[in-house]
Amino acid sequence: MNDMRKIERDVKMTDTKITARGVNVHYGDTHAIKDVDVDIADKTVTAFIGPSGCGKSTFLRCLNRMNDTIDICRVQGDIRLDGQDIYDKRVDPVQLRAKVGMVFQKPNPFPKSIYDNIAYGPRIHGLARSKADLDVIVEKSLRRGAIWDEVKDRLDQPGTGLSGGQQQRLCIARAIATEPEVLLMDEPCSALDPIATAQVEELIDELRRDYSVVVVTHSMQQAARVSQNTAFFHLGHLVEFNVTDQIFTNPQDSRTESYITGRIG
Amino acid sequence: MSALPFLLLIGAVCAGYILNRVAAKSIRDRGDRLHSMTSYHGLFSALLILVPVLTFILFWLMLQGPVIDRLVMAGLPDGALGERGAGATQLVLAEIKSLSRGQVFGSPEEWKVAAASHLSQLHQRADWLLIVAVAALSLLLMGLARARVSADFRARQGVEGIVSGLMVFCSVVAIFTTIGIIVSLSYETLRFLKHVPLSEFLFGMNWEPQIPLREDQIAAAGAFGWLPVFLGTMVITVVALVVAVPVGLFSAIYLNEFAPRRLRAVVKPVLEILAGVPTVVYGFFAILVVAPAIRSLGQSFGLDVAPNTALAAGGVMGIMLIPFISSFADDALSAVPRTLRDGALGLGATRGEMMTTVLFPAALPGIVGGVLLAVSRAIGETMIVVMAAGLIAKLTINPLDSVTTVTVQIVTLLIGDTSFDNPKTLAAFALGMMLFLVTLMINIIALRIVRKYREAYD
Ligand SMILES: Nc1ncnc2c1ncn2[C@@H]1O[C@H](COP(=O)(O)OP(=O)(O)OP(=O)(O)O)[C@@H](O)[C@H]1O
Ligand SMILES: [Mg+2]
Repeated sequence: MNDMRKIERDVKMTDTKITARGVNVHYGDTHAIKDVDVDIADKTVTAFIGPSGCGKSTFLRCLNRMNDTIDICRVQGDIRLDGQDIYDKRVDPVQLRAKVGMVFQKPNPFPKSIYDNIAYGPRIHGLARSKADLDVIVEKSLRRGAIWDEVKDRLDQPGTGLSGGQQQRLCIARAIATEPEVLLMDEPCSALDPIATAQVEELIDELRRDYSVVVVTHSMQQAARVSQNTAFFHLGHLVEFNVTDQIFTNPQDSRTESYITGRIG
Repeated sequence: MSALPFLLLIGAVCAGYILNRVAAKSIRDRGDRLHSMTSYHGLFSALLILVPVLTFILFWLMLQGPVIDRLVMAGLPDGALGERGAGATQLVLAEIKSLSRGQVFGSPEEWKVAAASHLSQLHQRADWLLIVAVAALSLLLMGLARARVSADFRARQGVEGIVSGLMVFCSVVAIFTTIGIIVSLSYETLRFLKHVPLSEFLFGMNWEPQIPLREDQIAAAGAFGWLPVFLGTMVITVVALVVAVPVGLFSAIYLNEFAPRRLRAVVKPVLEILAGVPTVVYGFFAILVVAPAIRSLGQSFGLDVAPNTALAAGGVMGIMLIPFISSFADDALSAVPRTLRDGALGLGATRGEMMTTVLFPAALPGIVGGVLLAVSRAIGETMIVVMAAGLIAKLTINPLDSVTTVTVQIVTLLIGDTSFDNPKTLAAFALGMMLFLVTLMINIIALRIVRKYREAYD
């Protein structure tokens, strides 16, 4: 009996992919993230919700050090990926970003062919040993991105020529091709119509099998549909973090309740 | 005195504005709904007076002088001019004019004094006539404009019509100037081609424009093949680009992507100052510093170096082009959306990889367009090569040799005593025409590329 409980705890421990403790972010004088603690579990979808400007994107960008590219941004606190401090001096942000992929709010395919878009990550990280290898990676990624059937006959055409929804799935496939362990998505569906949104949501649910996924969304329904855990941000604070069902059916904080019932936004 | 017509015009414009505005206001105060705002009624009147009357005054002032000169010369007593040529007649006229201004040299003939007073009398009369005409015209137009004020007069459309007419006029002026330049250039070129066959000009390998000016002068017959001259231009252009393109590009890339913000804030203005240096100053730099340096350096290697090498002229021209290219490249790089940079960085690309694999290809069309514009500037650049390049046309591509360029030849053909009917001077126009055609072609290609690139991210 005792042993059983120990094993269960171990699983819980390794289940946590990212731990953040006491994270503070400043843009110049703006205090954008205030003392946030969060645990992102492996092989689950975590949703970040909250009103506009509350710091969801900022926090998300801390997780793969994309904030390093903004001059005035300062990040403090402790963020660990698999127990390794990602803001440690010895960690190369470039390698970190290969492990923690990112999909942006606006589809941003490179002005290259569809094939080259997908092959971009594998090429710069040397993941393919031969052209045939690369072909396999490209096809696999496009299949996982649920866009293979639509583009398989025109891989040599520019990625910018696709529709908005196709572009976003292309970008997701491009992020998957680098074989990340965590996938960060910042409002991936905000530029998409309901059908494309449904496709992307299905895809996110699919991705949960292999990756830890973090999704920022403004749609409560979307958070409820795709995520297992939900974090509610408000004015830079992490107000509530819990299992998604709990957040939506039985919120502990009054601010969370107001937000999900549409009273603050 | 000569300001009076303009003052009158300003007065009339203001009066017309107020008159119509007040009239429109009183209609509104009566309770009618005006189609246009009262200020448009005022503006309509003002513009209706301003445009025609101003045109009238300018034409009058332009024509007054020549017309009165004609009248005075025609009024001279018979035989006063005798059998003098055109030049002497001009001299007499100038003398009469200075007399009328009260500057008397020696003791002029009686008829000249009479003509002088006739001249000033005519001028006075013309001035008065102008004032009367302006006043009458202004009053007429003011009346016309006033008569149109009514509740549903579309004054706003009227104003917009006049203003857009003015804008069309301004753009047409630019176009017609260009056409005028082309026409006069073509005319002189055709005259040149009467002396020298087109095939010789286009394909000739010799350029020796020294021809006898007088019958008894001993000189060669002259050869007018433009190829060696054009080749010189190309050699210098290539040298300039070899200097300017890499330096300009790399400085743009560095400033755009890698430089700390403070450095960028210093370096960018400095580059822009470089763009403002007069080309004459670059010319000094070329002959005083660069050319001697290249010469002594070359000689220390045992090379045969001309005193005015293509390398010196082209190199300094390249320095002149650096800010041009770097600002174009900088614009092209900055125009690449931030989302693309983030996309590449988010996939784990280093800044260098992001630069070479995403940013640079995306900005390439804009950069190419900028380089082509730089090429056409290099081809047309005159001052630096006049000062630092040679005069003798040589069929060579050795940058250590002295070459001449199209622009240098045009300048040397046209300075000094020249008459505009021998092939030597006319050749300058033919060269100018070719230069115009070549740069026009390059500019068209460049603009097409730049335009295509603009559409890339929409
Ligand atoms: N590059 C930046 N420079 C300065 N301030 C910034 C920058 N990016 C974000 N901020 C500030 O940080 C705060 C949080 O911004 P953030 O983009 O994280 O909000 P968000 O929750 O993602 O909002 P939204 O839902 O609208 O995307 C805001 O107050 C914003 O003004
Ligand atoms: Mg955001």
